[in-house]
Amino acid sequence: MNCQEFIDFIMAYLDGELPDESRIVFRQHLDLCPPCEQYLDGYVKAVELGKRCTEGASLPADVPDALVDAILKARRAAES
Amino acid sequence: MDEGTATPNAADEADLVARLKAGNEEAYEQFVRENIGRMLAVARRMLRKEADAHDAVQDAFLSAYKAIDRFEGGSKLSTWLHRILVNAALMKIRSAKRRKNEVSIEDLLPRYRDDGHQIDPPTGWEHTAEAAAQNREVRELVRASIDRLPETHRTVLLLRDIEQLSTEEAAQQLEVSTNVIKTRLHRARQALKTLLDPHLSGHGA
Repeated sequence: MNCQEFIDFIMAYLDGELPDESRIVFRQHLDLCPPCEQYLDGYVKAVELGKRCTEGASLPADVPDALVDAILKARRAAES
Repeated sequence: MDEGTATPNAADEADLVARLKAGNEEAYEQFVRENIGRMLAVARRMLRKEADAHDAVQDAFLSAYKAIDRFEGGSKLSTWLHRILVNAALMKIRSAKRRKNEVSIEDLLPRYRDDGHQIDPPTGWEHTAEAAAQNREVRELVRASIDRLPETHRTVLLLRDIEQLSTEEAAQQLEVSTNVIKTRLHRARQALKTLLDPHLSGHGA
């Protein structure tokens, strides 16, 4: 396995979708190749950061009254 | 998707659904007021323009109202509504014009020599994701970097990593195969890493 193949397999490895044989080869490459070890570390952190940094934005938002009114009105219009 | 507001118990929810199905106007208003805060937060995450986020939320509530007879209670009402909103937001994304500052995904993937080794081996990131995410500038940088991804890839990253849809659900929403979802997600994550690398490796964060 070279670095390109290693990087191509990262997601399958993290999802536990690599067959046993490929996982062993993947782990061997990981043990021997510091740049790929760093790549994997950065990849995992990038995914984690993506989740963490959008979490704050997932708290219920302040909602403009006009939007609530528009939504209630749209239902009444759809009824009539 | 339990994000903040009080979770109604199953009996209350069944009662609300029954009243919604009967066309009760107060029930609809309760349904809107209990869910709109979370809905707007999700819409803002997926759409860049505030007006588009409002439109998507409005479209989603109307779609939910029209489809309430088909809600069978197999999932929670809020989860069902979340899926409808994601669908409404995706329709907005599809109809939006391509952005000018969009980068090409190929430019953000690792480059390799003929022997398969990386041309630009990475330097490690100094901080854990948890520590880096404490920094306000980093949080803004990460959100801006996600926004810079090509739309087809940004959408898959949002659906899978942020909105937590399964590969199958994302494939269904985007009408592509599960393999396309997997490929795009892997590339989107690599591209996000590339955009963050200069800021977080070594002396960054």
